[in-house]
Amino acid sequence: MTANTSRDEVLRRVRQALGDRPGSTPDPGTIPRTYLTTHADRTPEQSADLLADNLADYRAHVHRTHAAGLPATIAHLLADHGTRNAVVPPGVPADWLSATAGVEIHHDHGELTARTLDTVDTVITGCALAIAETGTIVLDTSPDQGRRILTLVPDHHICVVNTPDQVVDSLPQALPRLTPAHPLTWISGPSATSDIELDRVEGVHGPRTLDVILVGPPSGPR
Amino acid sequence: MSGTYLGLPAFPQAARLSTRDEQLRANLRHATHTIRAKRATAIAELSDWPELRAAGTAIKDHTLHHLDHYLEQLETAVTAAGGTVHWAIDADDANRIVTDLIHATGETEVVKVKSMATQEIGLNEALAEAGINAYETDLAELIVQLGNDRPSHILVPAIHKNRTEIRDIFHTHMAAWGRPAPDDLTDEPRDLAEAARLHLREKFLRAKVAVSGANFMIAETGTMVVLESEGNGRMCLTLPETLISVVGIEKTIPTWRDLEVFLQTLPRSSTAERMNPYTTTWTGTTHGDGPRTFHLVLLDNGRTDTLADTTGRQTLRCIRCSACLNVCPVYERAGGHAYGSPYPGPIGAILTPQLRGTTTALDASLPYASTLCGACYDVCPVAIDIPEVLVHLRERIAQGGPTTRHGTKATIKPAKGHATERAAMRAAAWTLDHPAAWTATQRLATRTRALHPRRVPGRTASAWTATRDLPTVPARTFRDWWQHREPDPKDSQQ
Repeated sequence: MTANTSRDEVLRRVRQALGDRPGSTPDPGTIPRTYLTTHADRTPEQSADLLADNLADYRAHVHRTHAAGLPATIAHLLADHGTRNAVVPPGVPADWLSATAGVEIHHDHGELTARTLDTVDTVITGCALAIAETGTIVLDTSPDQGRRILTLVPDHHICVVNTPDQVVDSLPQALPRLTPAHPLTWISGPSATSDIELDRVEGVHGPRTLDVILVGPPSGPR
Repeated sequence: MSGTYLGLPAFPQAARLSTRDEQLRANLRHATHTIRAKRATAIAELSDWPELRAAGTAIKDHTLHHLDHYLEQLETAVTAAGGTVHWAIDADDANRIVTDLIHATGETEVVKVKSMATQEIGLNEALAEAGINAYETDLAELIVQLGNDRPSHILVPAIHKNRTEIRDIFHTHMAAWGRPAPDDLTDEPRDLAEAARLHLREKFLRAKVAVSGANFMIAETGTMVVLESEGNGRMCLTLPETLISVVGIEKTIPTWRDLEVFLQTLPRSSTAERMNPYTTTWTGTTHGDGPRTFHLVLLDNGRTDTLADTTGRQTLRCIRCSACLNVCPVYERAGGHAYGSPYPGPIGAILTPQLRGTTTALDASLPYASTLCGACYDVCPVAIDIPEVLVHLRERIAQGGPTTRHGTKATIKPAKGHATERAAMRAAAWTLDHPAAWTATQRLATRTRALHPRRVPGRTASAWTATRDLPTVPARTFRDWWQHREPDPKDSQQ
């Protein structure tokens, strides 16, 4: 069938199929939403702790620091991973990288190809927000996160989460803070498969190592 | 390549063979029991599971009841975001649209994200005929494709293969498709996943065109949503220049907010995780990030016929989580191939005969591939009453009745091969209307119980008892026992 006839025919079939239900203006407000918006009352500290626990449960490595300790934490993780070169999106603050001596840093301005990124050891980004109850970080391609490809091709991803500002408890709290017009990547632990006898194996195509750094307020305890 | 389901034997014949396969049954038992236990734990974390289930059901029903409105809204939103929307009546229509789109790019190979819709329409076979190689990139789909096999589970398509079988497939077949497996490949899942990573990475890095499905399409915003674990989805959805998504029309949901329900229920029901490792959402095209061209192919292929059936339309709520497969005693023993469709298990037993019709022996047999135990309904996160639809379809097959095929209302005749059941039902109805005859029949049955055969003779009747054990007749009828029972001492005290 030609394009227009297929469209018209599908819509005709839908309307005929719904002949038992007279047409009316849809009102999504009639959908019962009696489910919870969060599954517990938590202090910001408790939410950060739950986020850390759930990330770790899905084999992400979680690190806690405060703003002044962040450059040293990043440098330490790069050294631990044996990173020789790393890529950062354009909006990552320069002071994050102030302690990374000896590591070649690529700043991506949209020009690095997949093949180039395939030779890069580590990517360092921020995030849009993190969800405590599911152990999820969400990236929305803002300048401190960059293009989706950056956090996909290198084998090691370091992601910085500011607590408590960027932490929400639950999915119902996360969605209103995100803009669907931006491409989003939701990450819960490193790449994994359970396709072989349902044994979970980390690392198939995405980064095999996910380091998440939870940065507390300057006066914070950690 | 594999994938044609035409001419496959009816479920009872296929299941008779597969239930004798000890390896298959062991693989399946291990896998389904593992995921069943994990799923129960993941769901126990949510005290509001019944409310989430009710909301998911209501969202899906609401969308289906206004599907024309939401499809038009979706089309407008996707177009406004820079995408192009195509409509496909059936498999041939969809395959032709996708083939033409790929030809227009000048490419002869594409990478694919696992997609039930493209399995359903036989896209890989259609592309191969047009000279286009389609590479499956999900690990399990890769195993199935390399092994020239068919998927047997919605979520874990290679669930019927164990690690040793997978190692052998990689060893024998990887080289013909690209980078060979290492010579010293072991059967450790970690090594097998690494071999797949290296084999597929060279394909991801050179791919110009990708084909995907989608878990959800949001009418309000035109946003597509894909949930996955491995990152192959992200590779396909973000690296190539052209992205073509083939999605069933029933995957539409009204609003962005509705994701808060399904992102809680789908991962827990399918992989038994709080959240799957990766979810990608995209809206049309984004300058400087991801594919420059996005095509959405909206697929009917029997869905509007299913929508026309007021009992059967609830099937279209399905979010393809596969929880019903993992609890089904019939699936656990027969395996997914016996269902002769990309959709196996309880959901396949009601979805396939509605999408394809019931004219073949295989499709007419599927509503009988169940014990009606109801476990599938209990676990379904969108509360599809699978037993109700199974019984409804059995009635339609055995007795005939009104239906819709290819958008046209029709009345189907009773299927052949169900004469014995119809005769038995008529005899039962007469007997129950005549109590004296019923009592006499029961007495006769108890007195001759030692003489009863294990199988009923006759061609059609033996076909029925070949797959069922006849119950043993008790020594006395209930009425006899009731009339002659010893008085209960407690009764006389009152």
